[in-house]
Amino acid sequence: MITADFRAMAESDWQSITDPSIPQIFIGMATCGEAAGALSIYKAMESALIKNRIKARIHKTGCLGMCYCEPMVDIIKPGQPRITYKNLTPETASELITDYLINGNYRPDLALGVWGKELDGIPNLFGLDFMKFQQRTALKNIGVINPEDISQYVACGGYKAFEKALGTSQQNIIDEVEKSGLRGLGGAGFPTGLKWKACYKTQSFPKYMICNADEGDPGAYMDRSLLESDPHSVLEGMLIAAYAIGCSRGYIYIRDEYPLAIKRMAIAIDQTRQYGLLGDNILDSDFSFDIEIREGAGAFVCGEESALLASIEGNRGMPRHRPPYPAESGLWGKPTDINNVKTLANIPAIITNGAEWFAGRGTESSKGTAIFALTGKVANRGLIEVPMGITIRRIIYDIGGGVPDGKKFKAVQTGGPSGGCLPAELLDLPIAFDSLAAAGSIMGSGGMVVLDEDTCMVDVARFFLDFAQQESCGQCIPCRLGTKQMFEILDDITKGNGKQTDVDVLLELSDSIVRTSLCGLGRTAPNPVLTTIRYFRNEYDAHINDKKCPANVCQALVNGGQVDE
Amino acid sequence: MATTVINVLNQYSRDRRNLIPILQKVQEKEKYLSSESISEISIYLGISENDVYSVASFYSQFRFIKPGEHTVKVCLGTACHVRGGARVLETVERELKIKPGQTTADGKYSLETVACIGACALAPTMVLDNEVQRSMTPQKVVDLLKSKNKAENDAK
Ligand SMILES: Cc1cc2nc3c(=O)[nH]c(=O)nc-3n(C[C@H](O)[C@H](O)[C@H](O)COP(=O)(O)O)c2cc1C
Ligand code: FES
Repeated sequence: MITADFRAMAESDWQSITDPSIPQIFIGMATCGEAAGALSIYKAMESALIKNRIKARIHKTGCLGMCYCEPMVDIIKPGQPRITYKNLTPETASELITDYLINGNYRPDLALGVWGKELDGIPNLFGLDFMKFQQRTALKNIGVINPEDISQYVACGGYKAFEKALGTSQQNIIDEVEKSGLRGLGGAGFPTGLKWKACYKTQSFPKYMICNADEGDPGAYMDRSLLESDPHSVLEGMLIAAYAIGCSRGYIYIRDEYPLAIKRMAIAIDQTRQYGLLGDNILDSDFSFDIEIREGAGAFVCGEESALLASIEGNRGMPRHRPPYPAESGLWGKPTDINNVKTLANIPAIITNGAEWFAGRGTESSKGTAIFALTGKVANRGLIEVPMGITIRRIIYDIGGGVPDGKKFKAVQTGGPSGGCLPAELLDLPIAFDSLAAAGSIMGSGGMVVLDEDTCMVDVARFFLDFAQQESCGQCIPCRLGTKQMFEILDDITKGNGKQTDVDVLLELSDSIVRTSLCGLGRTAPNPVLTTIRYFRNEYDAHINDKKCPANVCQALVNGGQVDE
Repeated sequence: MATTVINVLNQYSRDRRNLIPILQKVQEKEKYLSSESISEISIYLGISENDVYSVASFYSQFRFIKPGEHTVKVCLGTACHVRGGARVLETVERELKIKPGQTTADGKYSLETVACIGACALAPTMVLDNEVQRSMTPQKVVDLLKSKNKAENDAK
């Protein structure tokens, strides 16, 4: 058990933060916040506090997901609810100290929302369109707690699920996860319980547990935000998985482009070790487990599980044939469970609330919630967690606030380089693993990039095939040469050198690459081309037949070939 | 040089699984992987230099030539692409007179491209010496590089 003393202390400290005797200031310091200038906000507020001789406590939190409002600050003044302020500058941030903390002016002009009832014209934060259609489970702590302080996580119920798991049988936990219907959120959507069961049943030791935080899809940052804003939820999920399966060693594979995520996870691991949640005989049980961080080294294909294994073993990140699956033969030939960051972050809530609760949300075949990074040509860009089955329209227009600058919506790209582009006709499509696959795209890991009328769909297809041909590991011919061929054809089309036969050749190449590639990279690489041909054939025709780029993107085809500056 | 590499090596056991972490640590200290470093690593781990190169060259993180004092990384991920990442890159190329993968003649700047730094909501982005820059425009690129140069000159 986490000592009762520690839990009680954590809870009373949290109580003194949420119902404080001195002002509490929370500054969003995840990558988005920092890029938007959170550090200078921090300094400005700190010096304003000193100058005005005000005693207050400053907490660094992660990201609330409302990245379009960064830099953001929350303030709890004694006796007042938590109020979130948006798009601050060092000047307006210091004004908050004098105006609000000293003079009691809520500054509704700078406020985004109140964590509770409307106040002085400031709306309820969770009643805002961006928030009200969300169901936050895995993301429940992001932007709320300080990710570098385990006691805040514990105070919010953290590690209770793990304690509960330790008190029951391994089989029981696996059954519960299986019954919940949770499917992997790393891209493939494989049922998590089945994967755990296969690994549990394999009689070979030691067993390994890997958290896949490679997040290679460009345009996606859900995993980064979770790691930066609530690393303990991922660790707790890993602990539960490792206990259920019988793993003694774990790795978190984080891409090297995420230095802050790596740093926060390292801090979280140290803290769990300190409190006896990692190491030998965890919480005085028979279960021993430890975790090491491995940094990726800039290869997209290493997100694929067998390539990831090769990379941890110290080799070139080349995928291999499956079966055998890692659950039977993974790291150094031993049974290995690999799960995505978001999958793991869902586990504690399933153990706490039970399988039925989890399965009660979402659709028949896709349970629970989906987490997306909503970006591109949409007004409210950020991180969202929505029930499976929600329509694309609700996400883009209600949560996202629609396409800005009076432009027209053209398509939404999901699933990154393995996914596709869905047109306006499909705005009412419910989001779920199967519906997206039927439409030619995939759920993927959760990137959702909105494209407007200024986007050329042939250029988008070219962009993804360029990515695929660069990132192909080169091992199998269909992927190595096929994606290159496809890229060159698309490149020709965008340069005005398209031929009548090009679309047919693209379709034929796609077909053979999909059928014969060794791994998922090749098998899904044609998706962006297939969906753009399926839904935007007219744009291909315009480029090829009329030598025109309807969106005015392809420089060679704009103004009769004159490059427009 | 040699002592830095040896210091790094001493933190790891002579086990192949440590190859990538060693390469990362050496590059962090030396900014690139020199042929001397590769050779030291290969002796330490008891694997051929060829083997070390074959792994290192697979991963785009590793460099084999000395980079400039400052590194500019322009994001060309999807979210940045659709919000004008290419124009950011063009501007950096024009300002520094180099292409991705190159270093300016005075050894000051290196230019790289990345496929997403995970700040997609703030697209288009670039990174200057580990600091993420958001909502870039050609004008902001010019101003940023100017102020960097000015800060350096003032410091001298
Ligand atoms: C080319 C390629 C890249 C992938 N990249 C990732 C990734 O970045 N993160 C991830 O979790 N899964 C990625 N996957 C999926 C993994 O192979 C694996 O299915 C997943 O990590 C399993 O976790 P889950 O069951 O929790 O989804 C990728 C697959 C392919 C084919
Ligand atoms: S696409 Fe540029 S930061 Fe993600």
